[in-house]
Amino acid sequence: MKYAYYPGCSAHSTARDMHESAVAVAEALGIDLVEPPGWTCCGATAAHQTDRVLAASLPAANLLKVRDMGLDMVVNCAACYNRMKVANHEVSTDPAMQKLVSDAVGGDYDGSVKVRHIIEVLLEDVGLDVIKATLKRSLNGLQVACYYGCLLVRPHEVTNFDDPENPTSLDRLVSAMGGVSLDWPHKVECCGGGLSMSRTDVVVSLTDAIVGMAKAAGAQCIAVSCPMCQINLDMRQLDIEKQTGTRHDMPVLYITQLLGLCLGISPDELGLNKLMVSSASVIERLEVHAHD
Amino acid sequence: MTITIKKSSKEIEGLIRRVEEISGVDLNLCYQCKKCTSGCPVAKLTKSPPSEIMRRLHLGAGDELLGSDIIWACVSCETCSARCPMGIEVAAVMDALRILALEKKAAKQEGNVPLFNRAFLSTVKLFGRTYDIAMIAAYKIGTLKLMNDTEKFPTMLKKRKIALLPPTGADRKTTRRIFKKAKQNKADKE
Repeated sequence: MKYAYYPGCSAHSTARDMHESAVAVAEALGIDLVEPPGWTCCGATAAHQTDRVLAASLPAANLLKVRDMGLDMVVNCAACYNRMKVANHEVSTDPAMQKLVSDAVGGDYDGSVKVRHIIEVLLEDVGLDVIKATLKRSLNGLQVACYYGCLLVRPHEVTNFDDPENPTSLDRLVSAMGGVSLDWPHKVECCGGGLSMSRTDVVVSLTDAIVGMAKAAGAQCIAVSCPMCQINLDMRQLDIEKQTGTRHDMPVLYITQLLGLCLGISPDELGLNKLMVSSASVIERLEVHAHD
Repeated sequence: MTITIKKSSKEIEGLIRRVEEISGVDLNLCYQCKKCTSGCPVAKLTKSPPSEIMRRLHLGAGDELLGSDIIWACVSCETCSARCPMGIEVAAVMDALRILALEKKAAKQEGNVPLFNRAFLSTVKLFGRTYDIAMIAAYKIGTLKLMNDTEKFPTMLKKRKIALLPPTGADRKTTRRIFKKAKQNKADKE
């Protein structure tokens, strides 16, 4: 299994742990990830709020690089994944846009590179049976609220990821790891995404509702697969406590970090020390049961 | 709820036509079921929820609509588009309103999303990838709210959640070309 792996800018800053855990998990499961040489930013929310040609061309430049590698593109960041898929959609459905984008990126691009999220690769290409057979530890009944946010599932006709209102991909992975995936209503609510700095007020209000609901559902941790969801739900707990006095103490882990732990990879290698809310309770639980 | 709109035919046509042109949405499809507003995570934080924006556009609102607070509180989560029974891309309407607000320089609002977007994109233009420290500095200097979130910086630096050095290895030439072409295309249109 070989893929062109697009890490995204946050892989080298706020979401180093997302990147490190994905790479470690891929290696353990025999997935070969090759970075496209010279990959560039997808433009994220800032570009699509500014200009359509810019918003489609920034991802397309990377898709063109991947086309030349003759591989499918695998993305871990939900925002990059979304932008790549939207760019493919724009280019393949709008001939005028296809022309503008091809001119901007300096090469003819038709929107044909297949874009996959790493969760899709884990579920569809590796498969739950293989994952289960490779696990060294179990989550042993850890209660996990799986949080998908917006960018994986919407717009659904473009991303085509799982179910738009009740996705279960992360839940299936958690169950395979021996955890209890919780039924809760905020799976696809929005955390505020890219407005973390520019509208902190909005983000604090949204994350408080999401983390609070996870807690009410009995969650011992939240599993995510988007660097913006992760930093918002994790870091903004400090602001929630300051503003409302409520201390949620809810660890927010990438699904690849949970999977890495169950594959026997060390917490440091998975970047667990980078979380703002400590994941010690999750790690201890696995440690205890590992010696059972 | 009563919606009052300013009647000024020339201005009115301009805004609707541009919103439909940029978003590719047929505004007449909306029948005000308000599913967009029901699912909107920021509706309760704003004065005009998405269904009201749709109605105002439908009734022929003018440029004053570009001052609506939801334009910059909208988190682009696309729940509205996903749930619209008529398949209207309400989120695309919001993107169009943002683009028009910038174009018509109506973009003055709390939090200053356009400034953040500019700071973000300027580092991408320069380095080919985002460079958090430069982006945060540009944004903070612009907003004059220098102390917001600074208490988190030491921890984030220690945890290497913010990169100190600018990104290397990106194909900056292509990124610069894209920015140039996008700007050219915009200028050609105007």
